Order: sequence, then C-alpha cells, then structure tokens
Amino acid sequence: MDTKPIHFDEMLAAEGSVRAPYHAYEAWFSKQNPSRLKAKSKDAEAFFRRTGITFNVYGKEAAQERLIPFDLIPRIISSREWTKLAKGIEQRVRAINMFLYDIYHRQEILRAGIIPTDLIAKNDAFLPQMIGLTPPGDVYTHIVGTDIVRTGEDDFYVLEDNARTPSGVSYMLENRETMLQMFPELFSQNRVKPVSDYPKNLRKSLAACAPPNCTGKPTVAILTPGIHNSAYFEHSFLADQMGVELVEGHDLRVVDGHIAMRTTKGHKQIDVLYRRVDDDYLDPLNFRPDSMLGVPGIMDVYRAGNITITNAPGTGIADDKAIYSYIPDIVEFYTGEKAILRNVETYRCAEPDALKYVLDNLAELVVKEVHGSGGYGMLVGPAASKKELADFEQKLRSNPANYIAQPTLSLSTVPIFVKKGLSPRHVDLRPFVLVSPNGIEITPGGLTRVALQEGSLVVNSSQGGGTKDTWVLEE
Amino acid sequence: MKLSISHTTTYTYDAPVQYGLQKMRLTPVSDRHQTVLNWNLAIEGGTSELTCIDQYQNHCTLVQIDSGATRVSLTASGEVETHSSDGILGKIYGSAPLWHFKQTTDRTKAGSGIAELSRMISTSTGDLGELHALSNTILEAVPYRNGATTVTTTAEEALHLAGGVCQDHAQIFIAAVRHAEIPARYVSGYLMMDDRIDQDASHAWAEVHIDGLGWVAFDVSNGISPDERYVRLATGRDSIDAAPVTGLQLGQARETMDVSLQIQQ
Repeated sequence: MDTKPIHFDEMLAAEGSVRAPYHAYEAWFSKQNPSRLKAKSKDAEAFFRRTGITFNVYGKEAAQERLIPFDLIPRIISSREWTKLAKGIEQRVRAINMFLYDIYHRQEILRAGIIPTDLIAKNDAFLPQMIGLTPPGDVYTHIVGTDIVRTGEDDFYVLEDNARTPSGVSYMLENRETMLQMFPELFSQNRVKPVSDYPKNLRKSLAACAPPNCTGKPTVAILTPGIHNSAYFEHSFLADQMGVELVEGHDLRVVDGHIAMRTTKGHKQIDVLYRRVDDDYLDPLNFRPDSMLGVPGIMDVYRAGNITITNAPGTGIADDKAIYSYIPDIVEFYTGEKAILRNVETYRCAEPDALKYVLDNLAELVVKEVHGSGGYGMLVGPAASKKELADFEQKLRSNPANYIAQPTLSLSTVPIFVKKGLSPRHVDLRPFVLVSPNGIEITPGGLTRVALQEGSLVVNSSQGGGTKDTWVLEE
Repeated sequence: MKLSISHTTTYTYDAPVQYGLQKMRLTPVSDRHQTVLNWNLAIEGGTSELTCIDQYQNHCTLVQIDSGATRVSLTASGEVETHSSDGILGKIYGSAPLWHFKQTTDRTKAGSGIAELSRMISTSTGDLGELHALSNTILEAVPYRNGATTVTTTAEEALHLAGGVCQDHAQIFIAAVRHAEIPARYVSGYLMMDDRIDQDASHAWAEVHIDGLGWVAFDVSNGISPDERYVRLATGRDSIDAAPVTGLQLGQARETMDVSLQIQQ
C-alpha cells in the first residue's frame, strides 16, 4: 500500500511491529508456505460444504443458499482486552433485562423522565401482551449477541445489542472446529480459551429458566419457522448439539394446559421453548391470526406459568435503535454505575435538530431504520452514490422517526489471507451471552465478521461479509 | 342490585373439528362497581386447559374443543351484586399504564370522520359534559342498526356506514376520545334490559380516564353512564382485546355461533 493505513490494525501496528496477542501466531505464519495455506483454505470450504453450513439470502432467488466465506487468519484478543469487554457486556445485558422488566411493569424509567414515554408508547416493538407478566428470574433476553466494534487500542463501542434473536453462534463453533482440524499445532502454541462448551451451556442456561409449574427435569426444544428461514441451519445445528428436539409450529399443541410436541410415544410436554419465530407469528390466537408458523394459545400457556419462551416476546423493544441511543442512561438508571462500554454517537432523526444535522451531513453518516437488522434498509453515506443519497433523503424527510444516524466509524482491521499474503479488512465482533436466573455467562470470543472487499465497512453476511475464528488468549 | 346471569355461547361446525381452541373472557371480577357472589363456567364439547390473567387483568380460560366435535357450548353463569356508582370506576389501575390507552389500534384508528368528531373535545383532561355530548352526537350519526356492520368493522368504517351496534358505538367513542389525547378503553359485559329476561346479546361500552375522577363509563348505545344493571366482564383497548370469546381452529370446518343470554334480578 502506498499510504499508511489510518485504521487501527489488530495484528500489525502502524510502525510495522506485530501486536502482542499475535506474536506467536505471526511467528508461525511467517514460516508457512503460502501454497499450503491456499490448499488449506480450499479444505476449509470443502469442510463447510460437507457440514452444510449455509445461509439463505432474502431477495436473491438465484443464490438462495450460500456459504459464508471463511478466512483462515484468526482474530486474536488478549486476556486483558477480553476481561474489560466481558465486564462491559455483562453490565449492559444486566441493565437491558432490568429495563425490559421495568417497561412491562411500573415503567419507572419513564416516570423518571429518562426516556420519553412516546418512544415506548408509540413503538411497534412494545408488546402489550407482555404487560404485567414476570418471566422466571425476571429474564427477558436469555440469548444475546452484542455487536462490538473497535477503533483503537482501548476504544471499543457497542454497535447493536441484539437482545431479540441473535444468530451466528453456529459459525463461531464451526469456525473453531475447522481451525482445530486444519491447524492443530496452532492450539498447542497458543493457549486459546475454548468455545466448544457453548451448546452444553446453552442447554443448562435454558433449563434453568424452567417455568414455575414445571416439576421434574425441564424439557427444552427449539422452535424454527422451517427450512426456508435464513438461519434454519443454525436452528437444526443447535438442536443437534444440545440434544433437544427441533420443532415447528404444527408439531405443537396445547395438552393439559401445557405446550406439548408430538412424538412417537404420544405428546411430550415442553417446559422451555427456544423460539426462533418472530413475535408477530408466535401465536395466531393472540397475535397475527394468519400465521402458520406459531403455536395457538402459547401466550396463554406462558401467562399461566406453564412454559418459558426464550427470548421473551416483546424483547425487541430493547433492539430499537432509538432506544439504543439511551442505553448508557439505561445502564446508569438501573445499575447505578457508569456504562463501561461506549455507545456510538447516535442522531435520533425524530428530533428536528438531529434531522437537520443528518440531512446536512448525509454523505458522511450511516443511517439505519430503527427496527432494521442484517444491514437491510441502511445507508452508508461515504459509499453511496448521489442518487442513493437523494433517495434516502426523501425517505428521511417523509418518516424521520423511522431512522437514526451515526458517524462512520473507522473500524479496526485484521488481515485476511489473499493471493499476495496479508491484506487488512474491517471487522466487528459478536460475543454470545447466556442469561438465566443463575447468572450471566459469556463465551470467550464470539463471531468475528469481516468485510471481504477492501475498504468496505459492511460486514453483514447478507451483504457479502465473511467470518474468522476468534481467539481469546488465556492469561 | 343482585343480578342472576346465564350466558351460553354455542359454536356449531359443519365438519368435525380436528384441533381448535376457544379463549373465554367470561369471568367477571369484583371491583368498585360489582361484587361477584358466585360464578361458574360449564363447557360441553370441550375441555378447560388453563386459566390465566391477561395484561388487562381479565380472567381468561383457554378451552380446547374436543377432537371430532361438531358442537361446543360455553356457559357462564352466576350472581353478581352491582352497586350504584354513577358510572365511576375510579382510580383503580392495573399493570397497563394510562398512556397505553391513548394508543390507537387497527380498529380504533382515527380517519377524517373520527378526527372531525374529536373536535368536540377541547381538553385532554376529560370533561364529563363534553364526553356526554360526544356520546349523543355519535348515537345520532350512527343509530343502532343490526347488520350494518360486522365484528371486524373499524370505528372509522362504522361512522361512514351511519349504522352500527354497541361495539361500533364504543369504538367510535374510544377512537374520538383517544384522538383528543385522553385515555379510553373498551368494556365488554352485560346489560339487563328492564323489559325482558332473554337478552339479545352481550353488551359493550367505553370507559374514559378523567382527571380527578379516574375511569368513568359511557354507554353510547343507550346514551347513559352505566348503572346497576351493568356487569363488567373484560376490558382492553378495543373489541379484540376484550372479546368474550376468541377462537381458532385448524381445518376446513365452518363455524356458526349462537348466543343465549338470560339476566334477571
């Protein structure tokens, strides 16, 4: 490269030295024959094809099933960095659960004037059917995937909390499995914290959320919308790894006041349902009557204390991007502590001053829909054409409350393996968090998503991003 | 006034039901207006699966229709002592916050007609005189007429159809009141018409939150605030939330409903 990279590279420091967490890895890498690595890269792809790790991309009929590209250079995080991150994530997840409890009970945070009432009252993600319902242990978001980005040595930001339905944990597990198979020697040279306990921990965490009327050993199951869902592979993968049933709505019915699944030996009661079906479709008796994906009456069974639904319905309000902008206040309000992890500065376009600023600086900003996810419906100002900017300006003007905007962050890079060797690419990180009445558990590392195009800041797999194995080193 | 009530809802299917549920909100709860002396739910052709309390404190019973049944009948009966409260429920609040009752729903969304009606309300604190005037205006504009609307008709639609039943009256009133930023809710229940024991149908009216008074009831269809002849069953934001029975069944069977309701002193 002619110019020095202005981005913080997590492996190679600006002056050409290798950052500490990568020392052992770099020593190994520099001794590798590039053609051997290239062959290994092909092996990895074959491995993913064999295990069937694919995902569906919405709106692209031709390429419905795709592999998410895997890059063999790991992303390495030191023990010190991780300790701080994990503490910050735990604090945030704890606060979000307290916020959700409050919002569906006394709304103290609204009475205190910390969040404007209308932001909740007029929010489609606020689910009236959850009012006054108290889930076991006051846990609403049981499985969280906090999106973290880094801009410097000690600068970590939370980009999204993903308290509703985080996906991608199967890639975290498969990426590690692949690395262990391809380069076993690396794991004797580096002391990497394991991630393979995740399915076991997930099962334990879910079982600990059993409802009040569950007697005996809780039965856990995963509810999937079916094979056409983009994350179906993950649903079946997790069910298989946990040793629980993967069910669809039509497999379930109300039996003796509980939800039960059809088995060869009759109906079996389910105590904890990890559902990957959206709120609207979850219960045609209580929500959308036309839904074929859900389980009629499950909300009544839930309210009667006969099942636990994870994540709890109505959790999506915490993922609203306007609510996100208040998370530091939320953390302080419920925990009495300052937020450890920073938020990205966020302009709420519902506010006239903010909207004006956003319209004046559109080409420098990232604009997102408040309920959006997966990189759909967003504008990356610096990468947008004149026409895209003009189109988005129209959208913003006609429905400002639907959008927030953020400055374009200079995301950190980690090299990927290309023909000529190493080349930096922007990354983010999604650690996976489990919450139960017994506590909060974070798997060391998570899923690193990487933008494969040089200079691109969009890491979403639905937008052509890839993944890396993520290492957290032991002390 | 001690009211003796027997309310039977019968569903008949033109083919055996494979799997179906009926959610009943047919259990009145004691409050300032009424004391439930005794109450019983009897189910034929189905089984009670569970009871639960919903987000509006309604007591719900989930019933599964017996597999292969072609008929299910749900009978709610008992005695309720009602009190003279001039329609004032007062400052009794459940978990649902007041701001929730200011939000429109699909059935209570204000169109141009509702917005026009809403101009009769000058204050967001709620004024009894204005609210009674609004109620009278709605009844004039939308006289009681069976068959003009269906259970899914919205407030705005009913207003334009210029005819409707108690559900429509209550929803038009609620929509107009909410449009003026005043909390309002829908109530389903019973009204004993003095001249008969066999009543036509269960009833519906509205409650508005007025500063200083709390919740106050308005029966638009009869142009009065509910008195001792009324029994509250369920409340919610609209007729979906407070429906006495909500059902769902899988399969091709077509459902017809028949209601028999006796109320006497």
